[in-house]
Amino acid sequence: MPRVLLIEDDPSVREGVELGLRRRGHTVRTAPTGEAGLAALGEFRPDLVLLDLMLPGMNGVQVCHRVRETSQLPIIMLTARGDDFDVVIGLEAGADDYIVKPARTEVIEARIRAVLRRIEEPSGGRPGIEFHGELAIDRAGLTVAKAGERLALAPSEMKLLLHLSAAPEQVFSRQQLLEHVWEHSYHGDARLVDACVRRLRNKIEDVPGEPRYIQTLRGFGYRFGPL
Amino acid sequence: MRACPAPAEDAGPRRARRRRAPRPHPFGLRTRLVLAFLLVAAVGCGTTAALTYRAARNAILEQTQNTAVSALRDQVDPLRIDLPVQTGTLRDALLSIARQGKPRPWRVYAEYGSLRVSSTDRPTSSVITPELRARALGRGTTPHSSFQRVVKDGTPYLTVAVPAVFRTHATQGTAQPTGLVFYAVMELDEEEANIEAMVAAARDGALPALAVALIPALLAARGVLRPVRELRRAARSMGRGRLDTRIHAKGSDELADLARTFNESAAELERSVAELRRAEARARRFAADVSHELRTPLAGMLAVTEVLDEDAGTLDSDTARAVRLISAETGRLAVLVEDLMEISRFDARAAELHSDEVDAADCVRKTLQNRHWTDPARVVADLSEGIRARLDPRRFDVVVANLVGNALRHGGAPVTVRVYAEGDTLVTEVADQGPGIHPDVLPHVFDRFYKADPARTRSAGSGLGLAITLENVRLHGGTVEAANRPGGGAVFTVRMPR
Repeated sequence: MPRVLLIEDDPSVREGVELGLRRRGHTVRTAPTGEAGLAALGEFRPDLVLLDLMLPGMNGVQVCHRVRETSQLPIIMLTARGDDFDVVIGLEAGADDYIVKPARTEVIEARIRAVLRRIEEPSGGRPGIEFHGELAIDRAGLTVAKAGERLALAPSEMKLLLHLSAAPEQVFSRQQLLEHVWEHSYHGDARLVDACVRRLRNKIEDVPGEPRYIQTLRGFGYRFGPL
Repeated sequence: MRACPAPAEDAGPRRARRRRAPRPHPFGLRTRLVLAFLLVAAVGCGTTAALTYRAARNAILEQTQNTAVSALRDQVDPLRIDLPVQTGTLRDALLSIARQGKPRPWRVYAEYGSLRVSSTDRPTSSVITPELRARALGRGTTPHSSFQRVVKDGTPYLTVAVPAVFRTHATQGTAQPTGLVFYAVMELDEEEANIEAMVAAARDGALPALAVALIPALLAARGVLRPVRELRRAARSMGRGRLDTRIHAKGSDELADLARTFNESAAELERSVAELRRAEARARRFAADVSHELRTPLAGMLAVTEVLDEDAGTLDSDTARAVRLISAETGRLAVLVEDLMEISRFDARAAELHSDEVDAADCVRKTLQNRHWTDPARVVADLSEGIRARLDPRRFDVVVANLVGNALRHGGAPVTVRVYAEGDTLVTEVADQGPGIHPDVLPHVFDRFYKADPARTRSAGSGLGLAITLENVRLHGGTVEAANRPGGGAVFTVRMPR
């Protein structure tokens, strides 16, 4: 079962979520501040971070940036809906998904599982490494390299790239991507997709403003290529 | 928080309100002022003219009469008439007198008993009235000179009668009538022409005076109308919600007072409206704050409801019931708080539309699937394929889910969901087979926390579902309306621009 680091300042939320997740078999470590959370990272070695955005001292977005400096650990933000601006900033900072509080434990656990789930291997044993332009995608090893240099991709970025490149030139709507990559409902928040695409482009495109790999089709969605 | 019971029709564009052009006033202030000024001027001119006319006419006529009477008497007095009267002599005398007409030529007649002699070819004149004759002959009184003005066939005449007298030596100084009377008939048309000329002059003077009176009339009207027009403009501007409208009040007349009163009232109104708005904002802010504050403890509680549910089975029955109750109500509370937050965002105009271009049928199908409304005995979907619409998928999902959920709860299965395009409009229809909505309830179905039955203290949902639906549809620039179908059952129709 995954090890979850919960960074949340409100004691009742911290305790409630910890209790709920532990009952479902997760190993949970909690931290009341961003600083304490960052300090616990090295020692606890979590599989995933649940991160409240509104924290005293160092806020959630700053914590997110700090985590991304060193690792591609999956990050799920805890937020109150309506704090729309924070959600966008958190997503830009590299969070993979977000959960609106209050949420039932089953919802939290479903999101954790979705973020941690490996993208299903396409049927049929394809060669381990695919080449698209300068990109080398290793589906089995879950690594992506550009011009021979390995890229550090967050889990959501990796899954999005694998999903899109599995069917080059096929257009996926935001809603479809939300369903398949994030396992959200069809009517989820399309800004998740947009933010993730922006982050991905910054890493894989030569000129992020003129993307070759992840192309936008206005009014329809995104597609991989054609190169 | 029971504000805004707005019916769905309100959501439509309300720009149709036309700006009324100022109506022409047939008897407006300007007309009345001008008429009053003209009336005063006319009465003034008329009175002056009438008085002048009368005085001048009398003066002219009197002078003519006096001249004529004395002239005739002067002519008659020196005559030596021998009695009995000789027609020939008398006629000669008359001809002589006729030449001496003063101030105008006259015709002269003499009458003595039945004798009629004249300076003309006719022996007598028809303008000499019996009345004049009676006065000249002195019937009842002493005979004396007299005159009369007679109009005959439109021509004015002056007739003068002078009785011839003689003085007896016995009665020294007393004149005795001879019975002979001289008459002079003079046409007065020249005097008449003079008087006419005076009337014409009075009229010609009055018309320019009236025209001149128009100028102060129009000036006065403008002086009154300008502030009135400004007041009207200001009042209309206030009516359109510009409460900071003020009038430039100058001067010290009643209109300036009115303008100042208007300004004071406007300031007062602006102040109270601002106060009301602040109070309303505080109330909304409070609702938002309360929901926000409730959310944090709820987040902790909601996370542990599963623990309660799982372990309830191991507790004794009373504790288990209490624990299950807490768990269930926590869930409902979470929904209520979430809905309150949502409504608060609409009230604060903080609700954002994250539009995306989607397939409408796909969208509705996913909504039904996500809620497990897939049993055709309960929900029938009649979706036109291939309609692409630009909308916020999350909000559209809320709209459809609330309407279908409401139909399942309050209406009757099967609920039919139809989606079709009408030109540039996406129409979503949710119809049920229930008893329909009571006409009294119909205008309130979109109200917040509206209870059709006061005995039912709590609705199955949060009581905000349809209010949120309405707000979401409005955010898309669309409308939603509730109605009863002729065949029974209620139908909710959502129209949104594609």
